[in-house]
Amino acid sequence: MGQIEKTRLFQGNEACVAGAIAAGANFYAGYPITPSTEIAELAARKLPETGGKFIQMEDEIGSMAAVIGASIGGAKSFTATSGPGFSLKQENIGYAMMAEIPCVIVNVQRLGPSTGIATAPAQGDIMQARWGTHGDHPVIAFAPSSVRETFDLTVKAFNLSEKLRQPVFILLDEIVGHMRENIHIPHQDELEIINREKPLPDQPYKPYDEEKEVSPLASFGEGFSYNITGLVHDEYGFPTTDSEKTKKLLSRLQRKIDNHLEEIILTEEFGMDDASLVVVSYGCTARSVRQAVKMARKNGLPVGFFRTATIWPFPYEKISAFADKTKTLLVPEMNMGQIFGEVERAVHGQARVVGLNRFDGEMITPDEILQKILEVI
Amino acid sequence: MTKTADIKPYLRLERYPTIWCAGCGNGQVVGAFLRAISTLDWDPKKVVVVSGIGCSSRASGYLNFNTMHTTHGRPLPFATGIKLANPELHVVVMAGDGDTTAIGGNHFIHAARRNIGITMIVFNNGTYGMTGGQCSPMTGHACKATTAPYGNLDTPFDICKLAEAAGATFVGRGITYAPVKLESLITEALKHKGFSVIDAVTQCPTYYGRLNKMGSPADMLTWQKEHVISLEKAASLPKHVIQDKIVTGVFVKDLRPEYTTLYRRLHEQCGEDDCHD
Ligand SMILES: Cc1ncc(C[n+]2csc(CCOP(=O)(O)OP(=O)(O)O)c2C)c(N)n1
Ligand code: SF4
Repeated sequence: MGQIEKTRLFQGNEACVAGAIAAGANFYAGYPITPSTEIAELAARKLPETGGKFIQMEDEIGSMAAVIGASIGGAKSFTATSGPGFSLKQENIGYAMMAEIPCVIVNVQRLGPSTGIATAPAQGDIMQARWGTHGDHPVIAFAPSSVRETFDLTVKAFNLSEKLRQPVFILLDEIVGHMRENIHIPHQDELEIINREKPLPDQPYKPYDEEKEVSPLASFGEGFSYNITGLVHDEYGFPTTDSEKTKKLLSRLQRKIDNHLEEIILTEEFGMDDASLVVVSYGCTARSVRQAVKMARKNGLPVGFFRTATIWPFPYEKISAFADKTKTLLVPEMNMGQIFGEVERAVHGQARVVGLNRFDGEMITPDEILQKILEVI
Repeated sequence: MTKTADIKPYLRLERYPTIWCAGCGNGQVVGAFLRAISTLDWDPKKVVVVSGIGCSSRASGYLNFNTMHTTHGRPLPFATGIKLANPELHVVVMAGDGDTTAIGGNHFIHAARRNIGITMIVFNNGTYGMTGGQCSPMTGHACKATTAPYGNLDTPFDICKLAEAAGATFVGRGITYAPVKLESLITEALKHKGFSVIDAVTQCPTYYGRLNKMGSPADMLTWQKEHVISLEKAASLPKHVIQDKIVTGVFVKDLRPEYTTLYRRLHEQCGEDDCHD
């Protein structure tokens, strides 16, 4: 029961649910939307088997609220959606950031804006993930590019969420979400699972201690009658408009992510040593890029492969570190250049940055990338 | 009746004074709630109060329970998550009429439909107090609001009928003029197994009262007194007579399986393993 067969064909969305359950998730609230629906359907089937709960809410706003509520009720909770639903969740995502409530939000990206093409892949929600909710706040977002990585990054998303008391995003896309690959799922004992720290019983409790990066989190009903609010709050969780406290709180929220960049930022690279051109990619596009770079190198071209599995916080430093040794950075992505701008910020004029963009619902092919490499190298 | 009940332990007195205006009815509703809860032998550490955004929703911050002040219109789905995660908690939601029936209207009917074990107390002052007296779905037809300067064209909801039609299994209405009755209604609602709704009609002298020339807070309470009619009395009167009255009492008291109980049964069924594929 609950133990999933070790090696078999998994769909990306299915690996996401398997990862969530392996990480200890026991609550899902959501509203169906293509191409994320399999996650809801699987959660509805799997969670009750292991004593967990699934609820189909009336909309995505309610889903996000229920996920946050369940987390404070003591559950490990998650939800999945796609572009339009991700938009609806944004206000409450901001609440979770401000109130520091752990939870995981999966967005299986599809082509937008608006209803767009429900079944077409895209990487168009990079900036929605970054700035979708209002105000200044840090964001953690992963973009897996394989089914196995979807499993691994889902586990990691829960772990970071628990450790940092922070909502964490997984930006899948229609391709990775629906793709099937034969993967090996690690045994439960092989996984490192992190659970939120709890306050000591019968001790004075500060849910938002200014002296700590992250305070322990008491669930409701555990004996600490404290307050939670989306308003700017003091160390005890009560509203304040004091400018000093406001600055301290917002700075700490940012700092708790900044202090863990090494742990959060995951990248992969090859062929970088001699590269005069580096292709920077993420998510499903990285699959075509991998092939294109291999073909280019086979033909003797000095082309490097740099993939980031962490979209936010963006690996500015890692890119900046190789930019001056490189002439050109090529950024293929299935949008009009959302990560392109971030790469430019990282490169800061040290090299030329060229985009390769598709926003027609079709995947960028290895041939197209190779063509572009030949053109700009 | 517990007029002498000591409700102080339930209050975070260090958070006082409240943000509420003098003469506001919010404190009267909270008082009735606390007296009601003091009659139950509930462990305060197992009581959760979730609120939305509005003047009335600030109530949670003054109460010595597990309290969560959420987003505008959304306290019910937050509370739904809490109750599902830990069904042994007593979960109460407090919110304004705007929070509940405008932006949160969808959540309200669905919580009722699910019959989840939550008590919803609507602080119904017929306006948006916090943002300065704009129109709410509970503002009466032809009444004034800052966004209805020529009189409201809309027709208000009847919260009790809405809750009943949506499936709430306990529905009652009380007024701040009659706090003892309000208290006993809330007591019944808290004890009820399932989704219970209290439409607590209250006064906002600062905006609703001023814009509609209703006089002082005391005049507003007198207005309530003159317009209240019990459900029993109303039943024998023709519709046009009760049209502008506030009908109070228990409208629905029903038994239907509570949502988290259904979930427990599902888990038992899964334990017996019909669930596995
Ligand atoms: C999403 C969103 N929209 C609008 C607001 C602004 N707002 C705050 S309170 C409120 C209405 C309050 O009225 P009600 O719920 O009836 O509560 P009251 O203040 O009368 O107790 C509004 C519109 C908000 N906070 N969030
Ligand atoms: S504005 Fe109205 S509802 Fe708000 S505290 Fe004042 S009297 Fe009460």
